[in-house]
Amino acid sequence: MIEINALSKNFGKLKVLNNVHLTCNKGECIALIGPNGCGKTTLIKSILGMVIPTGGTIKFQGNFITTNHAYRNHIGYMPQIGRYPDNMTIGQIIEMVKEIRKSDSFLDEDLMQAFDLKNLINKRMSTLSGGTTQKVSAILAFLFNPDVLILDEPTAGLDPLASELLKEKIILEKKKGKLILITSHLLSELDDLITQIIFMQDGTVKFHKTVEDLKLTTGEERISKAIAKILKEQKQ
Amino acid sequence: MKAVLLIALFCFCSHLVPGRTIEVGATKSVKLIKAALSQSANGDTIVVFEGIYKEGNIIIDKEITLLGVNFPVLDGQKKFEILSIKASYVTVSGFKVQRSGFATLEDPGGIKVFNSRNVTIANNILDDNFFAIYLQHCSNCIIKNNRITAYGVEEQQIGNGIHCWKNDSLQITGNTITGHRDGIYFEFVTNSIIWRNISKGNIRYGLHFMFSNNDAYISNVFKNNGAGVAVMFTQKVKMYNNSFTENWGDAAYGLFLKEISDSYIYGNKFTKNTEGIHMEGTSRIKVERNIFSANGWGMKIQASCMENEVVSNNFIGNTFDISTNGSLVLNTFNKNYWDKYEGYDLNRDKIGDVPYHPLSLFSVIVENNPPAMLLFRSFMVTLLDKSEKIIPSLTPDNFVDNTPLMHSLKL
Amino acid sequence: MNRIIKFIVLDILKNKIVLVYTLILAILSWSVFSLEDNSTKGLLTLLNVILLIVPLVSVVFSAIYIYNSSEFIELLLSQPIKRAKIWRSLFLGLSLSLLLSFFIGCGIPILFYAPINVGIMMLMVGLFTTLVFVSIAFFSSIMTRDKAKGIGIAIMLWLFFGLLFDGLVLFLLFQLSDYPIEKMMVAITAFNPIDLARILILLHLDVSAMMGYTGAIFKDFFGTTLGISVAFFILFLWVLIPFWISLIKFKKKDL
Repeated sequence: MIEINALSKNFGKLKVLNNVHLTCNKGECIALIGPNGCGKTTLIKSILGMVIPTGGTIKFQGNFITTNHAYRNHIGYMPQIGRYPDNMTIGQIIEMVKEIRKSDSFLDEDLMQAFDLKNLINKRMSTLSGGTTQKVSAILAFLFNPDVLILDEPTAGLDPLASELLKEKIILEKKKGKLILITSHLLSELDDLITQIIFMQDGTVKFHKTVEDLKLTTGEERISKAIAKILKEQKQ
Repeated sequence: MKAVLLIALFCFCSHLVPGRTIEVGATKSVKLIKAALSQSANGDTIVVFEGIYKEGNIIIDKEITLLGVNFPVLDGQKKFEILSIKASYVTVSGFKVQRSGFATLEDPGGIKVFNSRNVTIANNILDDNFFAIYLQHCSNCIIKNNRITAYGVEEQQIGNGIHCWKNDSLQITGNTITGHRDGIYFEFVTNSIIWRNISKGNIRYGLHFMFSNNDAYISNVFKNNGAGVAVMFTQKVKMYNNSFTENWGDAAYGLFLKEISDSYIYGNKFTKNTEGIHMEGTSRIKVERNIFSANGWGMKIQASCMENEVVSNNFIGNTFDISTNGSLVLNTFNKNYWDKYEGYDLNRDKIGDVPYHPLSLFSVIVENNPPAMLLFRSFMVTLLDKSEKIIPSLTPDNFVDNTPLMHSLKL
Repeated sequence: MNRIIKFIVLDILKNKIVLVYTLILAILSWSVFSLEDNSTKGLLTLLNVILLIVPLVSVVFSAIYIYNSSEFIELLLSQPIKRAKIWRSLFLGLSLSLLLSFFIGCGIPILFYAPINVGIMMLMVGLFTTLVFVSIAFFSSIMTRDKAKGIGIAIMLWLFFGLLFDGLVLFLLFQLSDYPIEKMMVAITAFNPIDLARILILLHLDVSAMMGYTGAIFKDFFGTTLGISVAFFILFLWVLIPFWISLIKFKKKDL
């Protein structure tokens, strides 16, 4: 579904992405992990077209994303830190995005109900807490029933209850056969979600493996331990 | 003695007692004006009825009255001078005189008067003539209520509306002149009055006035003429209550004064002219109770002018009120109203407590450096002007109205 | 496109600064016209408003607004909308609301009091200066990510066009006063939208002076229908080019 070929991005002299090759397919739930500043967010933003790559190409469902912006119809994106116009209310933002998307397909308002945001609908974005803002981001990401979900640190800032609700929702969507791309630091949270892992470091993909494969090669049951083991091996 | 008196009385009465009346017209016994003229004697009246008369040059050499009924047309076919008056006590009234010959050497006119006295030309329509009415070496003549129109395009191709050369004691009253070179032209004309005429849309001057002393022009309208009104090389002219409007263009003036002295300009309106009054080499002129509004320059007083007084005028909405080309100031300004004045009046005597310097720095800059006009009303220039107003350094500081009025005069 | 513009316009109209701007313009215009006994003086005051205050407010407000909408732009970017469309919508939204402010604040009193030909010219010129400086704001805010720097650039540009440029021209005039530079001067005005706007109004306001020798050079050019069309076309380019440059840069910008 998403093919990334020889992608690189420089911010000035800094090489944030360096020759990244990736292929992500339908039904996969991929964890994108790596240390801070390894290029995860830049990679995601490149896929979304918010960052213009220095080199390489990205294809979405076989089409280059540079030529056609409509592919973003099929993506739901939840940013790491959602930034919204200060003097718009939750309701207005949701309304606006709905209008912009002109989506005819049915709206997925599960999260809206789950998070119970109905009574906050007239609150201005500037008055919301970080957690509530994240909830709004999550709602917007899932609202249009997209084929691909890109979630940048989805659970950061959410309370345990909300975070659990979100996870349930992710699992539900995974079962529907969608491609889900998650970045996270908290590997423990991902255990029961993911099917694949992409590990990035210094702008390059260190490895891209299925969870089973990973567990098999390392002999560990938990993903976090498995990765730790791999990292140790590499250092040696 | 008695006999002499009787003869004198008889002679005098011969002018008063109406003579014969000869009627001319298509249906009358006399068909041609020329025929009527040859039959007539001094004191006769010739009445001409409606119709078109193409009789070439008609010469009037007897003291007769020529009256038109319903504006009979005298057509010069662009070949002839139409009426040549060579006698005194002639009256021409009620004709439409059109299409005189066009030539630059003999100056043919619609109606031309030679060396005569007491000629009256009234209530005629003059259309498309080279010169319309032309007087030379005449005196005590009246030119009244004529409508004079021409369609001149170039200065050299057209004569003047009312052209007066070497005359005395004329009355030019209530005429309307359009489309000639100069509306009214005065050269060596003395003791005459120009009153209530409208001179507009002429190619050069509305009124052209040279070497003509002791004249007055009063209550005329000069509008939209090529270069406005010019009064030159003259003394003792009185200019009252005229209106000078929309005389626009490069070197166009409401009133252009050159080498004038001892004259009086009172109660006139100068509106929307490029320059309201332009003065060159004038002296001892009093400019009083005039309105200068919406002109490019209210007055341009060149440094060659001296002892002129500018008193009790209103300067309203001019781009520049006053401008000059030198630093020498020998003229005085008093009790004028300047709408650009920003002083105060603490003692409430309606006279501003701070003297007003009507000469703006920028008008001096523009005078020396014309393209600077481009920057007019830019913030930079406004700033410069304001600072100059407060501390005059570049403009002559005796260019000043020490008694500026706080409110405009009711004029 | 319409929906985004609608959101932006509504957002700006809710903004108190624009309301205050409209109100100040309105109070200023109504008062200069009703206090002065001749409308010419009122028009002169308004001329300064149009040549200085309108550009300043347009450029500063727009620059601040653009920086403050970075979140909004980000939100829109993750949606299926073209980048150019977002930027254009932002421009149109800002322009429309500022034009509306100007029209309500200055336009109505101008039409009410001023002679019709001067009035319409002032209105047109005011609307165009608004557009030009919104466009310049887009240009300056795309130049740098730093909000303070961007607003600084905007103000510097305003200062340059409003003040320094004329100073330079004046200096040039004195230096070259021995040469026939009138035609060159006409060309130079094309490089300053404020000068262009001023001269267009000048030709109506000081028409008598502009008919004289000095003004004739400008009258001959700017006074004709062709000249006016050319002048407005250049003003239009002043709207188009800064925005166009900013659009190209925005398309390549990383967010």
